[in-house]
Amino acid sequence: MLRNRTFLIVAPALLVMALLPFGVGGYILGLLTLAFYYAVFAMSWDLLFGFAGEVNFGPSFLIGVGAYTAALLNHYWLWPIPACLACGALAAVIAGMILAVPALRLSGPYFGLTTLVAVLLLQNVIVLNAGITGGEIGLDLPDVLAVDDTTNYYYAFAFMVVSGGILFGLSRSPVGLILQASGQDAVEAAALGFNVAKHKLVAFCISAFFSGLAGAMLIFYMGTASVGTVVDIAVGVNVIIAAVLGGRRTILGAAIGAIFLIGAGEILRPLGQLATFVVSAVALIVILFFPSGFLGRLLHPEGRE
Amino acid sequence: MTALLEVNGLQKRFGGVVAASNISFSIKAGEIVGLIGPNGSGKSTVMKCIMGIEKPNGGSVKLSGVEVAGWPSHRIARQGVGLVFQHSHPLHRQTILEHIILALLPDNLLMLRTDPEVRKRAEEIAARVGLAGVMHRLPRTLPFADLRRLELAKAIARNPKVVLVDEPFAGLTAGEVADFSKLIASFRADGHAVLLVDHNVKGVAALVDRVIAMYLGEHVAEGTAEEVMKNETVRRVYLGGKIETAARPEREGKGHTPLLDVRNIGVLYGKATALDDVSIHVGEGEFVSVVGLNGAGKTTLFNAISGLVPYSGTVNWEGQPLAGRTPGAIARTGIVQCPENRELFGDMSVRENLDLGGSHLPIEEAEKTIDWLFGLFPILKARQAQAARTLSGGEQQMLAIARALMMKPRLLILDEPTLGLAPVILEQLSKALETLRQTTKITVLLGEQNVTFALPHADRVYVLEHTRIVWEGDPARFAREAGAGYL
Repeated sequence: MLRNRTFLIVAPALLVMALLPFGVGGYILGLLTLAFYYAVFAMSWDLLFGFAGEVNFGPSFLIGVGAYTAALLNHYWLWPIPACLACGALAAVIAGMILAVPALRLSGPYFGLTTLVAVLLLQNVIVLNAGITGGEIGLDLPDVLAVDDTTNYYYAFAFMVVSGGILFGLSRSPVGLILQASGQDAVEAAALGFNVAKHKLVAFCISAFFSGLAGAMLIFYMGTASVGTVVDIAVGVNVIIAAVLGGRRTILGAAIGAIFLIGAGEILRPLGQLATFVVSAVALIVILFFPSGFLGRLLHPEGRE
Repeated sequence: MTALLEVNGLQKRFGGVVAASNISFSIKAGEIVGLIGPNGSGKSTVMKCIMGIEKPNGGSVKLSGVEVAGWPSHRIARQGVGLVFQHSHPLHRQTILEHIILALLPDNLLMLRTDPEVRKRAEEIAARVGLAGVMHRLPRTLPFADLRRLELAKAIARNPKVVLVDEPFAGLTAGEVADFSKLIASFRADGHAVLLVDHNVKGVAALVDRVIAMYLGEHVAEGTAEEVMKNETVRRVYLGGKIETAARPEREGKGHTPLLDVRNIGVLYGKATALDDVSIHVGEGEFVSVVGLNGAGKTTLFNAISGLVPYSGTVNWEGQPLAGRTPGAIARTGIVQCPENRELFGDMSVRENLDLGGSHLPIEEAEKTIDWLFGLFPILKARQAQAARTLSGGEQQMLAIARALMMKPRLLILDEPTLGLAPVILEQLSKALETLRQTTKITVLLGEQNVTFALPHADRVYVLEHTRIVWEGDPARFAREAGAGYL
């Protein structure tokens, strides 16, 4: 029943999104392109938080490593885009593992704090080596994914659908079940014979892979890599808000949250600085009063957990 | 036939506390063994060391001859040990069947589809434990007993050679206990080795082939359930030695002004009944003891009075209902609870802990009270500057009581002050309580499983058994009427 309901929500929405370029202008397509990349960030984050039970306060560490690896390879060595993307994703996984192997030994808030510090470190490294990385200004890329909006839109759309499909499928598979058990009660999961550390590490790697890849794709869409768009703490905070807003432990909800967040930010742009305030306030209200998020309410009407 | 599980010289320390000292026993296939001991005796530590949740500091744990001591939990589980947890943490969005499937899954990262064979096997297990009718429901819609069945089902799914069961019957009704006994007995029929970990012999007596009793980390007795129940050391642990009573000198009006009146209260923990229709009353100046084995509901009763757990029924304090007040507001009316885990501020000194307790008193009065308390517990005076966590268990207990007294309670609730303390410390504590009783007008509500400790001071005694009050009377009558059936 649940599966049917999910399908009934997702299929028409995807169809509408696929047909959108025939009906709307480049401005909205551009906005949604950005939102789709954010959706992948948020879904990757939900795999880690919702399923493995680990709060990663630094999603932009993984995103940033992926983005900057790809950017540097393209800027200095003119590597083709696919190679840059592959290396970006790989670098995010490696950086993620270097961070996660020691950090996952820590429990409670310490894992989260480690990930937060990692973002600050990365940001500092980039700013301090401005000669190579472009520092605060950013790094121009010789190549872009595509010049016209519709092509860019379809790249992002296809990427989101494929990543979302894989992450969602994984969350519903036996591996996802083991992951949830490990996240909820590690002692009991271990007593059932599951190597909790191994499963969490793999979840972290998968999350890192998609975050890094999405980060790399995002900069090839924008044509420039800058701290403000892929590394800054604020980027990570938005990703987290999107995932929680959409509904923890749903994967799909994270995508909805991301699209909502980017869309709302844009619609409210005339309000100027106030826009950020309004979006944050909405996020706060949802988190306080509907902690299971948009999709959590819809799929699990019994509500709170 | 060789033993499936062999524990030899098992040792576990937590800081300076020896939780298990030189514990040795073995369990053969098809044998059910009970491991019993009061709270703090180290029985759970032994269970966790076998499962690998805690790493032993010394000794050996052998599974069919393979040394597993110090292995991580998941490897020990795969080697053939299963643990039936007392409190389950089921996943919210998965059905009962999915939970059993989870337990059947191998530890494999590449398994992306559930094998239909696995599903069929899970359905068989659900039927075996009596969950067939509810296997497509979510855990939160099920009663407590079914969640315990689910824990059993998960253990069965793993098909372990050795099954450890933590407090098999806690929170279950008599009918459910019978069902569970049958299921546990079926482990024996299948040739598993079973270890039941429980507070007391009574709970597991009907099921076990052999009982091992622990106290203060030591192995104190072993034998059939009857032998262990008759064992002198075990009786001393649970009942204390000979029961002595000494009524408090009659004081004008003692007990006549009603102070606390608890009427028909019930408490549920999730779906488990923790207290069932309990009524007690305490009058001004009375010393009332509530005795009962661990798990009977004493702490729950006190927590309900202090407003820490929701309850049905009424709690009146000087005629006013306490329902709806916050724990802080209740404490300010003069009800001060000294909890069983002491809740000291470990990094603060003894003196700072006491000062915190007296922070609402005027300075001179606080000074005077501290002086008086140092008279009552001289050891605390000597330890004033020491961090609370470095104190011995007995000293910590004295500090906890002293801190509670600093708050000038009108009713002092002492929850199992003897927990994990050696007999010599009990004597000191007992003397301090007696002094308190003889020299002040304080009203005390004491919860204890150690009857010898609880009785001498009491004006009146309640016996709490399995969530209900089963006896009330004065301590002199207790030995005659309730003492025999207590263990």
